[in-house]
Amino acid sequence: MINQYKFEDGPELRDLFITVDDPESHITAIETFITYRVVTKTTRGEFDSSEYEVRRRYQDFLWLKSRLEEAHPTLIIPPLPEKFIMKGMVERFSDEFIETRRKALHKFLNRIADHPTLTFNEDFKIFLTAQAWELSSHKKQGPGLLSRMGQTVRAVASSVRGAVKNRPEMFTEMNNYMETFSQKINLLDKIAHRIYKEERDYFNEMKEYGPIHTLWSASEEDIADSLKGIASCIDRCCRATEKRMAGLSEHLLPILHEYVLYSEILMGVLKRRDQIQGELDSKVDALASKKTEKDQFSEEIGKLEDKVERANNALKADWDRWKQNMQWDMRSTFINVAENNLRYYEECLATWESFLTSQTVDLHVDEDSEDRP
Amino acid sequence: MWCGRRGDKVSSLCLVWLVLHESLFSSSEKMEDCLAKKMEITVSEAEKRTGRNAMNIQETYTAYLIETRAVESQIEGQCAPVESLWRRYSEFELLRNYLSVTYPHIVVPPLPEKRADFVWHKLSADNMDPDFVERRRIGLENFLLRVASHPVLCQDKIFYAFLMQEGGWKEMVNETGFQLKADSRLKALNATFRVKNPDKRFTELKHYSDELQSVISHLLRVRARVADRLYGVYKVHGNYGRVFSEWSAIEKEMGDGLQSAGHHMDVYAASIDDILEEEEHYADQLKEYLFYAEALRAVCRKHELMQYDLEMAAQDLTSKKQQCEELATGTVRTFSLKGMTSKLFGQETPEQREAKIKVLEEQIREGEEQLKSKNLEGRDFVKSAWADIERFKEQKNHDLKEALISYAVMQISMCKKGIQVWTNAKECFSKM
Repeated sequence: MINQYKFEDGPELRDLFITVDDPESHITAIETFITYRVVTKTTRGEFDSSEYEVRRRYQDFLWLKSRLEEAHPTLIIPPLPEKFIMKGMVERFSDEFIETRRKALHKFLNRIADHPTLTFNEDFKIFLTAQAWELSSHKKQGPGLLSRMGQTVRAVASSVRGAVKNRPEMFTEMNNYMETFSQKINLLDKIAHRIYKEERDYFNEMKEYGPIHTLWSASEEDIADSLKGIASCIDRCCRATEKRMAGLSEHLLPILHEYVLYSEILMGVLKRRDQIQGELDSKVDALASKKTEKDQFSEEIGKLEDKVERANNALKADWDRWKQNMQWDMRSTFINVAENNLRYYEECLATWESFLTSQTVDLHVDEDSEDRP
Repeated sequence: MWCGRRGDKVSSLCLVWLVLHESLFSSSEKMEDCLAKKMEITVSEAEKRTGRNAMNIQETYTAYLIETRAVESQIEGQCAPVESLWRRYSEFELLRNYLSVTYPHIVVPPLPEKRADFVWHKLSADNMDPDFVERRRIGLENFLLRVASHPVLCQDKIFYAFLMQEGGWKEMVNETGFQLKADSRLKALNATFRVKNPDKRFTELKHYSDELQSVISHLLRVRARVADRLYGVYKVHGNYGRVFSEWSAIEKEMGDGLQSAGHHMDVYAASIDDILEEEEHYADQLKEYLFYAEALRAVCRKHELMQYDLEMAAQDLTSKKQQCEELATGTVRTFSLKGMTSKLFGQETPEQREAKIKVLEEQIREGEEQLKSKNLEGRDFVKSAWADIERFKEQKNHDLKEALISYAVMQISMCKKGIQVWTNAKECFSKM
């Protein structure tokens, strides 16, 4: 799984290795939940030890994500897998669901570890290293739920007020880009799922197809071998189809889904940037009307201007980084899809060609025997 | 051969037909006499017609153009003229019925299906659908070629007239009175259940034809479903093309790669149409043998009927002989109502008895003659039927093996196309 990720600084420079595995079910009187084992190996000085093993549940990941969002409102925080899956017939605790979630959580932590800024976040470190009770007590120290809600309300309000007024061109472009990208990635996600479904249906029919030839061969003499040959070819192609499907669900589907979530996150980040800018703009407007407390205002404005500049720079840098990663991810994922399909067709080709060879050998043998009086 | 004449796609279908025709020419000793060697036969066109049927109701039907050309003069460097006439499906049916009744010991080649069966969603079940008509045209041509290459059937005058004589053919067939010779279904069914000693080989053949029919139907049904699913897989990939194209518009570096990859996805999606059309021809080859199973069963039924007839005649003869004996000796060995009533109401006069014995003796003589000829007929039938069945078996094994090989060839072609498309797509993705 490690080689799925792009190492910005090259693997030799990576100093934090994280794995998420071993889902375990916990049943209490109130609830049932799953914990995952998070193993961290590191050479960093800030870490007391070089290896950590903790157990975390989904709630803990949610907490980490919101802490990161608070600390870095205009950075692109990687997506978490969703709480529920509405569309599929997947049960909450089915093996498939748990495995999908585990892979996504693994990805989430590794993306944070790869991020030049987020990787040094204190909450991230605590998440990786603290024992269960330590984490609980640390969590309680953060800003309360209400203040977080307040932020959300303000964010909504400011976006309603149209904080788009003085938005730099660059961010308008980003917005436009994200709108289209979001649309397309959602479509691709749907298409990929549809392909998976069609392949699975095809596989199910193929399973029945081969055995009929075997059944037929039982009534025949001369052509029994040919029929059995066809049956075995079809069965092998069937297995190749299964592998192709597995490839889709292991690589393409999770990546597309991740980028669907990313597109939502990015829209959110852009809104938060707008909101920060909005704070500045409203203060500037207020200054225009009040002439008396100019000094106090200009200090505040100065601070806000800095805030806006920092936010813009952070977002710009992270955006460039995100785009590069996206490009790399898309390229490698679709190459993988193509390779998957190539493997499938090559295997089927070899199967049928060897059948054909066996048949034409027989034909020559038959022709020889026909010539005999 | 004629595939080239039509100029269009020389698909693996043509390859198969060529091989098939090679097999027709090589597998029988009497081929030199066969019509197929002397004459090129094609069903070259199909045309929609409207006309009035027997009930004077207007109907639409398809007419097929049969073209024939003598082969010999071609060798001399001259091109013989093409003769042609139009026939509709019902006339083919009439021809086949005539042949089945007139040559009950022959496994008569079947006609292509009347209605589209084993369809998958893309194909319509409509008889007027051009694809169906086209496949039927090929099937009808195949039927004529099969008859023309059969050592016995090809010599039939009615068949020859079917090919050469447009007007008055129907009357000619009806004049043969073949319909009167046809055995009733009920009679045949009765014989099947009641026959005591049919030739074991025919019993086995009947089982075989039942199995063949069942397994081929099953195969065709599943194949149609597989085709449906495969169609779905390919076509959904076409959606990639559109979305990649739209996405490429907002990307600077990835744009070209996406756009060209999208094009290849469109090619991939489109490729399934030809692939499945070829497969349809393969299905038609299997269908022919599905219908041949019925022809095999018809021969078995005829045997059972003749055997039953023979057994009944023998039984009848035995009982008459017994009656005769009883009357002559005056002993009643078996219970008979007549015996009882005569006991009750008095015996007949010696004259009456003599007359009865005379009649019976005459009947017995006739019966023995009939039995002898029926026995001979039966043995001849078994001999000639079995010869044709052996011929058929050889043909079937050869054709089916070729068909299976052609299926593999089709799969190989499909895989190669897939490899090409995905190799191209991979290259485009690498440029993203």
